[in-house]
Amino acid sequence: MTEPILRVTDLQKYFGDLHVLKGIDFSVEAGERIAIIGGSGSGKSTFLRCLNFMEMPSGGTIALDGKPIGKPHGRDGARRYPESELCTVRERVGMVFQQFNLFPHMTVLENVMEGLLTVKGMRNAAARERAVRELEKVGLGTKLDAYPGKLSGGQQQRVAIARALAMEPEILLFDEPTSSLDPELVGEVLRVIRQLADEGRTMLLVTHELGFAYHFATKVIFLADGVFHEVGTPDDVLKNPRQERTRAFLERFTEFGF
Amino acid sequence: MDYQFDFVLVLRSLPVLLRGLLVTVELWVPSIFIGLCAGFLLSLARLSKSPWLRMPSLFYIELFRDTPVLIQLIWFFYAFPIIIGVQLSPFAAALLGLALNTSAYSAEIFRGGIQSIAQGQWEGARALGMRRSKILQRIILPQVFKRMLPAFTNRAIEVAKMSSLASVLSVHELMYQGRLLSSTYYRPLEILTTVAFIYFVLIYPGTWLSARLERRLAAKA
Repeated sequence: MTEPILRVTDLQKYFGDLHVLKGIDFSVEAGERIAIIGGSGSGKSTFLRCLNFMEMPSGGTIALDGKPIGKPHGRDGARRYPESELCTVRERVGMVFQQFNLFPHMTVLENVMEGLLTVKGMRNAAARERAVRELEKVGLGTKLDAYPGKLSGGQQQRVAIARALAMEPEILLFDEPTSSLDPELVGEVLRVIRQLADEGRTMLLVTHELGFAYHFATKVIFLADGVFHEVGTPDDVLKNPRQERTRAFLERFTEFGF
Repeated sequence: MDYQFDFVLVLRSLPVLLRGLLVTVELWVPSIFIGLCAGFLLSLARLSKSPWLRMPSLFYIELFRDTPVLIQLIWFFYAFPIIIGVQLSPFAAALLGLALNTSAYSAEIFRGGIQSIAQGQWEGARALGMRRSKILQRIILPQVFKRMLPAFTNRAIEVAKMSSLASVLSVHELMYQGRLLSSTYYRPLEILTTVAFIYFVLIYPGTWLSARLERRLAAKA
């Protein structure tokens, strides 16, 4: 058995008094594609955002390549996370957001080059070459000099994917990447994500697109009330759920099916 | 109307007034520059998570914003020697007062600007592995600058006119010369109209440039 890339032990997250994540144990092996589903407020986005420290865990440890991130600090199990260490982690664990979060004052090309220049310290020419390559891959080779504001939501999200990919992360996190898109634009983004799956990339996806989750994932997690309620293959969790709670959740999606 | 506007007097006063203008510029430009730099650092302290940075900066900002500038200038001149035993020249006291006052105002402009940028911009950059200082420099401030430009232009205009308060410390700037001349010749209307005109000529090109820059930045996005 190989060592997982990412291992999470007893992850806890509080927002004030609200206990959002209640002790999650979890690991990611190279090449796994994990879809995380669950109702709104279940903690699925918070869970994903803890993995690259967009949210600071309140307790528990997250280890990358077997090495726990941060240093123990205080009595209640919270850890201290130095900025330099988190920057290294985030370089290796990329993220694509629901709201894209592109930089509006930069062109598409500049958006993708930014991390290469400021984080990887690449030369302009080399960064440009790699950025163009990634943008061509997501089908935006003709939009290099456009500003994000001039693009459709689907195009913006593909730029965001190219921006994350350019950093060559070992793990890619998708936080509801199609939730803020018009229905007719969802397909172009999902196709890009599937293309990444075909390349064998390690990815985690929080989504409401259960159909896509079924085809995309090697593993599906149903998260409810801050714990993993059910974990298994797409067939197990989405077609033959064992837990009553999972079934009830899935029924809401099929209620108006045709 | 039988008032005879004395244009010859205006012409004769010009050399003295222009010498005053030079001092006004010497007060204005450095106090804006120092005020902006100090204000930026103050805004970072104001936005800091640490109360040891946040509370003192808040106190400083409110102190300078909520008291009259005139008293601040007088205070630097008369109270400094008593408290720390340093007698500042009238010019230095005026410059210090104007610069510190400007720093408090620009700190609030910077803070408002930085906070107006959506949290998602920080997150998008952080997710790439960028450091806080780099994010501020490359992602946040370039976007903030555009939004802050009108507020800073306003501030610069205010400071240009506020510098006239230095006349109470007998700094020989434009207003001081104007008041001196008008009481010497008993022709306040001629002299002060000229002084106002000179202020206008000093300030207007700046506002014009700023409006142009604003339009150019707006066109880019």
